[in-house]
Amino acid sequence: MVEWTDQERTLIANIFANLDYEDIVKPDVSCHHSLCLRCLIVYPWTQRYFGGFGNLYNADAIMNNPMISAHGVKILHGLDRAVKNMDDIKNAYATLSELHSEKLHVDPDNFRLLSDCLSIVIASKMGYDFTPDLQAAWQKFLTVVVFALGRQYH
Amino acid sequence: MSLTTKDKNTVKTFWGKMSGQAEEIGCDALSRMLVVYPQTKTYFSHWKDLSPGSAPVRKHGKTVMTGIGEAVGKIDNLVGGLITLSELHAFQLRVDPANFKILSHNILVVLAGMFPNDFTPEVHVAMDKFLSALALALSDKYR
Repeated sequence: MVEWTDQERTLIANIFANLDYEDIVKPDVSCHHSLCLRCLIVYPWTQRYFGGFGNLYNADAIMNNPMISAHGVKILHGLDRAVKNMDDIKNAYATLSELHSEKLHVDPDNFRLLSDCLSIVIASKMGYDFTPDLQAAWQKFLTVVVFALGRQYH
Repeated sequence: MSLTTKDKNTVKTFWGKMSGQAEEIGCDALSRMLVVYPQTKTYFSHWKDLSPGSAPVRKHGKTVMTGIGEAVGKIDNLVGGLITLSELHAFQLRVDPANFKILSHNILVVLAGMFPNDFTPEVHVAMDKFLSALALALSDKYR
């Protein structure tokens, strides 16, 4: 079982408290903060999982694709579930993990790619407020999430 | 995943914007690496102070960024241009190449925080590819 210090719990809860989901997933004027956009552009092979989402031909198409934004919100709600179940993320994510393995057939390495992108998006939103200590707590949380998501793969 | 002409130009342009703060970037990236990925501290047991922003961290951050600057200048032939640095890492420092990825990630985190408007997805992918290619060149002499 993962042990969280009180400080880590507070730091992680604070990141979520200050996260505006719509803001993180929709592009702003300069489209830098969109999580899914960034992941699909920086790691273009991740697009393989979104064949049914319509036009992903270029950055503009991805940016304006409402299915992609909606999916980003879904992912963040999923992470929220982990925050609310920090003492047993493994079990909280059991069905989600099975879904990603058995139905969606997502290579679990993609969870790591998305989590790296998320750290970078949060860094760009928070600037210097994303301190090394905050990043450490956040990275620990993401590592646990990624592990839990990959746990039901056989 | 080779660097296209567009990638190289993007990297050179962005380097032009960030090079003035190279020392700060190196210091912050290294500090984060040591805090967020504590296994990396094993390479610096000879330092008195491993805390964020300490003198040895700042000095080494500058060394690393100088190397990266050199790599930007040799972006058309990283393997050939960085033979000495590769030999240093292979035979003397013997840093496990997995750590290049860790440091690269932290450099990107710092760049995103310092240049939120310039670090677009296009710049992000070009820099990620460049740092990956650089890591590959650095590990060229390992075996």
